[in-house]
Parts: sequence; C-alpha cells; structure tokens
Amino acid sequence: MNEVIKAEGLTKIFNRNVIAVDHISFSVLDGEIFGFLGPNGAGKTTTINMLITILRPTEGTASVLGYDIVKQAEMVRKVIGVVPQEYTADEDLTGWENLMLCADLYGIPKDIARQRGEELMELVELTKFKDRKVETYSGGMRRRLELACGLINRPKILFLDEPTLGLDIQTRNAIWDYIRQLKKEYGMTIFLTTHYLEEADALCDRIAIIDKGKIAVIGNPGELKKSLGGDMITLVLGEDADATEVIRQIEHVKDVWREDKTYWIKSELGRTTLPQIIETLRQKNFTVKKISLAEPSLNEVYLSYTGRSLRDSAESGEDARRLRMIMRRARA
Amino acid sequence: MMEFRQNTIRGLWALTGREIKKWLKDPLILLVTIVQPLIWMALLGKSMNIGALLSNLPPEIRDQMMRSAFGTSDYFSYMAVGMISFTVIFTAMFTGMSVVWDRRLGFLDKVLSTPVPRSAIIFAKVLNSTIRSIFQATLILLAALALGLKLGPTFTPLNIFGIYAVIFLFSTGLSFLFLSFTLRSTKIETPMAVVNLINLPLVFTSNIFFPNSLMPSWLQTVAKINPVSYLTDAIRQLTIFEMDTGALLLDLTYLGILAVLLSAVGIFLARRYLSR
Repeated sequence: MNEVIKAEGLTKIFNRNVIAVDHISFSVLDGEIFGFLGPNGAGKTTTINMLITILRPTEGTASVLGYDIVKQAEMVRKVIGVVPQEYTADEDLTGWENLMLCADLYGIPKDIARQRGEELMELVELTKFKDRKVETYSGGMRRRLELACGLINRPKILFLDEPTLGLDIQTRNAIWDYIRQLKKEYGMTIFLTTHYLEEADALCDRIAIIDKGKIAVIGNPGELKKSLGGDMITLVLGEDADATEVIRQIEHVKDVWREDKTYWIKSELGRTTLPQIIETLRQKNFTVKKISLAEPSLNEVYLSYTGRSLRDSAESGEDARRLRMIMRRARA
Repeated sequence: MMEFRQNTIRGLWALTGREIKKWLKDPLILLVTIVQPLIWMALLGKSMNIGALLSNLPPEIRDQMMRSAFGTSDYFSYMAVGMISFTVIFTAMFTGMSVVWDRRLGFLDKVLSTPVPRSAIIFAKVLNSTIRSIFQATLILLAALALGLKLGPTFTPLNIFGIYAVIFLFSTGLSFLFLSFTLRSTKIETPMAVVNLINLPLVFTSNIFFPNSLMPSWLQTVAKINPVSYLTDAIRQLTIFEMDTGALLLDLTYLGILAVLLSAVGIFLARRYLSR
C-alpha cells in the first residue's frame, strides 16, 4: 500500500521554547483510518495544523500525497479536506450558505457545487435544516455541517481534529458511521485526532499514541492490546490451599499471582482460559467463589507506554477545552 | 496563472459576500452603521458652530472671514463633509479588528486550509471596508443635504463618483495599514491599543475640524503628511468648495500612492504572516 502522508522529524517549537511537537516520524497508508491518540496538549492539533499547511514546521518535513507541506502547500490544500475542532461555520448564515462559501473557497464551479452540496446535505442528514441559520443548530448539527464542508472538494485525504469532541453518545455514533461510510464507499484516507479511547478503538485501523509531543508507539489497536500480554483474570477460591501450580498448567496461562484466596491470572486468550480454569479447579476439588475477566483496553496500552492513564489526563483537558470553546462563543 | 486569477476573484467575491451578508443580516449592526455617522454629524457639526462666534459682525465681513479660513461661509458644511473622513477611518479600524475575530473563532484557520489565495483573504476585508464606507458616505451626504449643506458652485452629480474614488483609495490604504497590525494577533487588546494610539491623532492632526492654515506651524507639517487631510480636502473640493483642479489632482495622487504602497505592504505581510 502507498504512503499518502509521510512525516519525518516533524517539529514545532512555539516562541522559541515551547516544544509542541518533538521530531515525530510516521506514515499513513492509502485508504486507512489513522488516529492520533493523546491527551490535550500532547501536540495532536499542532501536528494536524502542520499537515494541513496552516502552521509552518520549525524542523523536519512532511508530504501529503507526495506534495511537500511547505514548498507545495497550494497543491496540498487542493487535495485535502479539513474538519476543524472548532465550529467555524458562520452563525449568521444558513447551513447552505456556509457550504456554498466553502465551495467558493475551493473554486468549485457553481452547478457542480450545488449538486454536490445537495448530496452532502443528504449524507449528513441536514437537508431539512439547510436553509436555517447556523445559530439555531445543535452541536451535532454543526459538526455534521463542518463535515459536509470538509468534503465539498472531494478530498483524497480527510483531516478530522477531535471529530466528536463534546458530543453526546448518540451523535458520536452517528459521526462514526459517516466516517466508516466515507472509508468504505470512497476509499478515503482519514487522519483523525482524538482523546477518546473508545473512538480510537472503534474507528482506527492504526493509531499513534502521542504524549508530550512525541510518538510513544504506532500500531493496530488490537495488536497493541495483545502486545501487553493478554487478559487479566481475577479469581477468588473458597479454600486456603495453594492452587497456583494447578492454574499454571492450564493452556494459554502466562502468569499467576496469589494473595491468600485471591489469584490474578494473566492469559493470552482470556475468554478461552476462563471456563477451563473453572473446570480444572472443580476437578481438583476447589470451589470458585468469584471470577472476572478484564480484556486490556487502550487505556492499559496508553498506561504502559506513557506511564500515566489517559482517562486521568484527558478528563481535565476536555473540561478546559470545552470551557475555552464556550468562551470563544461568548466572546463572539 | 489563469486559474490563479480565477480563484482569486472567486475567493475574493465569496469572502466579501460573507462579510456583506453578515452585515445586512444583522439589523442592529446595519442600524448602528447608519445612525452613528448621522449622530456625529448632527452633534459635532451643529454644536461646534464657529460661525456663531462671529454673529455680531456684519454678514459680508463674517462671510469673508469664514471663507478665507474655511473655504466656505458655512461651518456646518465644512464639518459635515469632514465627518465622511471620520467614518471611513473608523470603518477601516473595525475591519482590521475583524481579522482577529476570524482567527479566534477558527474561521481564519479553516479558510487558510483551502486553496484560496492568501491575497484574496485580505483583499476581501479591504473591499468590505470600502463598500461600507461608501455606503455610509452616501448616507452622510444625503443627511447633510437635509440638514442644510451648502454645495459649491462647481458641484455636479457626477462628482459623487469622484468622492467614491477617493474614499476607495483612502479606505484601501488605511484598511491595509490596520490589517498589517492585526494579521498575527490572537487577542484583540494589543492591536486595539495600537489602533487607538493612531486613530485620534490621525483625526485631530487633519483638517476634519479645522483648516491646516489655522494650525501652529509644527502641526501644519504633520497635517501636510496626514492622508486624512488629503481625503477630506478632496471630498470638499468635490462638494462644497469652488473646485481647484490642481489641488484635487494632488489629493488624488497622494491617496493613490498611499493606497498602492500600503496594499503592497499588506499583501506581502498577508502572504508571510497569515499562516503562523
């Protein structure tokens, strides 16, 4: 598969001393959904802004579809679509007027723009509301309008900066569906940033975990989880006798820890091991009082690569960003 | 090249259209834009009635004194026309500020990520400022006529186009100047301070309220390089004065050079600094 985005040693330093992005290198393959996962302030938006040519890298290079993001910025802008984190649509204009403004900025001929506009409004289910002023739109509708704007030039690559930030679960699922549809029907390559683990897990073919401006690891979410060494089974027995050796003999079990009657069992295939453990222990006359299985989530992956939990670091970050967004609105 | 020119015009048209639509769709802003110059004109123009100071002189002598100082016997006419310059300056200032809003709201970033030429982005702002200024100037003139503006003997309706032309030149130059200050700003306070520092001196070292000839000599020097004086003089030549073609040509040349120079600087800075 072709590399459609390629970054080498990409770096951005603000005001000569704030290192937002620190020599990162990665490539995105044709037709995949590639996600940047990390907390607020990790450098996700800065990276996206460099790739969409609105921020000049301090060091390093990157190319989008073979075009250099600095020297051939104009060419890059033509082939990409951008859905920014903020709601940038003009509140005083209608959804349709905003969409047509986007079309004008790409220099799309009027009749083609109108036709595509109708299709896109249909896709994001805003046809009914297209002649309403954007100030009457809900957050989800605004996000969908931004998505339509980002697609008006039929981009080869779509950049989504926190596509579901601040949306409720239903709307979030709807946006995920649109994104999957774009990949399936148009073979579009999608680069997205997120601090939601579920989002990275549900959508992305590959993710890069970014922390403090550096990429900690790149890989398929499933593989990353597997690389941690499997699932964790917690077990409580009724007897005081030591069952460690019995458990260790069971297939796929990698390790066992014991503390009184409680055992922690690491298994490569938790779902298969769990019934076998119960069965084996019963044969050896042990009573299983409690048993539970935890499959590793991306949070464990994140934890093991960055040394801290994303849920902890994301929570406050999101609040801060929401507040900032509200303030932006209020100032307008 | 052809494609670039097409895109520039398309983008320019679309972005200007956005500003104008925003302006027209907000009835309050539209109302303020209309009422504000009228208030200034009515209050300042009628309250500073210099002619009244000389009211106990015989009318012929008074007229002569006024004419030698102001070029017209009626101070209200002198002042009312000056209000056009005043309005153009403030409209240009708000245009400069609007780019900071666009940046804050993320709109500017979105536009920058599209292939629209950078010069179109900044030209749209300038064009919007000019269109608003011309609209306001027309209203001021109409209102001034209703309040008793005395037109000069050389006035013809065609002069209106001359007025629009000088406003276009001045507004272009000044909008580019203000935009140069605000291009990189992410907050409103800094450029606001700079603009305020410039604005009022620009007004008071010009001939909006008083003719240059009545100023102390150091101030006259400042007034002579102040473009506001040239704009105001040009508008007066075209309306209330007996037209001095030489003076009008000088005004036009000065404003033309200013517009070209500041546009060049503005476009250079836009290409360089709109992206950070």
